[in-house]
Amino acid sequence: MLFEILYIIFKIILIILPLMIFIAYLTYFERRVIGAIQLRKGPNVVGPFGLFQPLADGLKLLTKETVVPTNSNKLIFLFSPILTFTLALVAWAVIPIDYDIVLSNINVGILYVFAISSLGVYGIIMAGWSSNSRYAFLGALRSAAQMISYEVSIGLIIINILLTVGSLNLTEIVLAQKNLWFFIPHFPVFIIFFISTLAETNRAPFDLPEAEAELVAGYNVEYSSLAFGLFFLGEYGNMILMSSLTTILFLGGWYPPFDYDYLYIIPGFFWFFLKVCIILFLFLWIRATLPRYRYDQLMRLGWKVFLPISLLWIVITSSYLYFFEKF
Amino acid sequence: MLNLEEYLPILIFLGMALIISVGAMFASFTLASKDSYLEKNSTYECGFEPFSDTRGKFDVKFYLVAILFIIFDLEIIFLFPWSISLLELGSLGFWSMMFFLLVLTIGFIYEWKKGALEWN
Repeated sequence: MLFEILYIIFKIILIILPLMIFIAYLTYFERRVIGAIQLRKGPNVVGPFGLFQPLADGLKLLTKETVVPTNSNKLIFLFSPILTFTLALVAWAVIPIDYDIVLSNINVGILYVFAISSLGVYGIIMAGWSSNSRYAFLGALRSAAQMISYEVSIGLIIINILLTVGSLNLTEIVLAQKNLWFFIPHFPVFIIFFISTLAETNRAPFDLPEAEAELVAGYNVEYSSLAFGLFFLGEYGNMILMSSLTTILFLGGWYPPFDYDYLYIIPGFFWFFLKVCIILFLFLWIRATLPRYRYDQLMRLGWKVFLPISLLWIVITSSYLYFFEKF
Repeated sequence: MLNLEEYLPILIFLGMALIISVGAMFASFTLASKDSYLEKNSTYECGFEPFSDTRGKFDVKFYLVAILFIIFDLEIIFLFPWSISLLELGSLGFWSMMFFLLVLTIGFIYEWKKGALEWN
C-alpha cells in the first residue's frame, strides 16, 4: 500500500514538474513571440537567448515582500492565490497525454475537468473581494461575469462531443477520433470553443479584467511577491489546460495528423505537445494582433451569438444521430 | 460500477498541489525582507489616499448574469447524462429533451426581449 502511494506520488511529480517548466517557458515564449511580431527583441540577456529569464523572474518574485493591505480580509486574501494555483494543477490529474499515459483514468473525466475549471472563478472573486480595493473589486466582478458567461457555451459545446462519442472518459473521446478529428464535423463549434477558451482564461482580446488603462491590473492589483506569482502561474497553467482540452476534444489528442504507419513511430505525447503548442501560439498571435473588446460587446458576443449557435448545434447533432444512426 | 480506486491519485494530487502552493507562499513570506509601513499597506488607489470602503453598492447586472448562468448551467448538467445515452433512450428520451430545450429557448427569448442581456 505504501509502495503504491509512493508510486502515485512519483507519477504526480512526473506530471507537475514538466508542467511547471512548460508554464515558465510559456511566459518566455510569449515575450519572445510578441517581441518578434512587434519587431522587438524580447528578453535576450539572461543566459543564451535569454533562456534563463523565467528562472530569474521567479527568483525575483520569491525575494519580494508579500504586502498584505491593512483593510483586507487577510485570511481570504492569502488563501485565494493558493486556491487558484491548486485548481490549475489539480485538473491535470485526468488529462491523457498519450494512450494510457494518464494519472487516473476516471469514467467522468470531462465532467471533472469542467467542474474544476468552473471552480476557478472562486479564486478570482475571493481575491477581488478580500483586497477591499476598488480596482480589484471591479476587475474580479468583470472577470467572474465574463468567465461564467463563456462557460455556458463551453459546456454546451462539450455536450456535442459527448453526443458523438457516447462517453465521458477523455481517453475514449480521443480514441473515437482515430479516423476523423472532431473539428471537421463540428467546425463551427470548434471555432466558438476556441474563442470561448480565450474568454475563459481572460486572454486578449477578452482581457478586460486586466485592462491596464482602466483597472490597473484587475483582481490581482493588491498582490505582490509569490502571491502574485501564483495567480500568474495559475493563469498560464489554465491556458495550457484549455489548449490541451481543445486538443483532446477536437484535434484528435495524441493521434498524428495522417494515418500513415511511419507517423506512429513518433510517440503520441509528442503529437499532443505539438498540437498544444500550436494552439498556444495562436493565443499569443491573437494577443499581439487584436485590440481589446468593449465589455458590452463581450457580453453580447457570449450571450447573443455563441449561446444560441451552440444550443442550435446540439439540436442538429442529436437530430442527426437520432434520425440517421439509430439502427 | 463506481471505481473509487481511480480517485485516490486525484486526492493525493490535490494534497500535493496544496502543499506546493502553500509552500511557495510560505517561502516568500519567510525569505523576503519585510519593511512595511502605513503607506505601503494602505489600499492602492493610484497614489491617492483611499477615502472610503469598497463594501458598497455595485451594478445589479452582475447578479442578473449569475442567475442566467445558473439556469443554463443546470441545463448543461441535465444534458450530460442524456448526451451519452441518447441512442439507448429511444424516441421518448429524444423528444422529451427537445421539448425541454424548446421551453428553455422560449425563456431565453423572453430574457432577450426583456433586455436582460443588454449592457449599456
